Amino acid sequence: MKWLYCPHSQAALHENTFMSTATESKVRIQREDFVVTDEIEMMKRVSQNIGGIVTFLGTGRELSKGENISKLDFEHYPQMAEKKLEELRVEAIERFKIIDMSIVHRIGEIDIGENIVLIVACGEHRAEAFKACEWAIAELKRTTPIWKRETTSNGDVWVSATP
Amino acid sequence: MITVKYFASLKEIAKKEEDQFQLGNSASFEQLCQAISQTSPTLGDMVREKKVMVSVNMDVVQPDTIIQDGDEVALLPPFSGGLA
Repeated sequence: MKWLYCPHSQAALHENTFMSTATESKVRIQREDFVVTDEIEMMKRVSQNIGGIVTFLGTGRELSKGENISKLDFEHYPQMAEKKLEELRVEAIERFKIIDMSIVHRIGEIDIGENIVLIVACGEHRAEAFKACEWAIAELKRTTPIWKRETTSNGDVWVSATP
Repeated sequence: MITVKYFASLKEIAKKEEDQFQLGNSASFEQLCQAISQTSPTLGDMVREKKVMVSVNMDVVQPDTIIQDGDEVALLPPFSGGLA
């Protein structure tokens, strides 16, 4: 049995907790898919001063470095990954003066075309939300202990870095 | 007792998810490498040669860090989260 660290509720959530719809937690790592519009609606409720929302959605791509990928598998360091995402979220809010941000990242097996990661940046205006969202996905890939294994026709390979 | 966790490709090299080592109240990085080498000399060398990041209690640390009894150490290969 595995438990997930949940910084916002200060509670441990069971990994298998059904969370395919948005919850109040603004940083989540989960096996289940998420609904993009639910995640955006959750963030719209944060403040009536939100005037611009920028989202980044990462999805499973079929071709990587010339190889056809049939499946992706994401592994994370429980608790540390959630901690890093929360630190990232807080820094994005402070650095870019946005109103709020949410981050959802899936783990486990993910098929081609499925959702992997979603970042929702909410600002009073669009400029800071665009900047915060772009910074956040780059920072996520640099600092968050999540690893991807690709299944190709030549076997399985752990990806050491992504562009 | 310290716990050493292995992730992703390093878990496959170690052929296990974690180890527990008795290193006393405080241990140097070299002592940690020697302990890890008991499981896999390759992994011990990778830590010495800074080919993997090391975290202690979920913060990435530098090689001069002293490991305290009860610490949770993890060997972290390069991250690859985000999109495909």
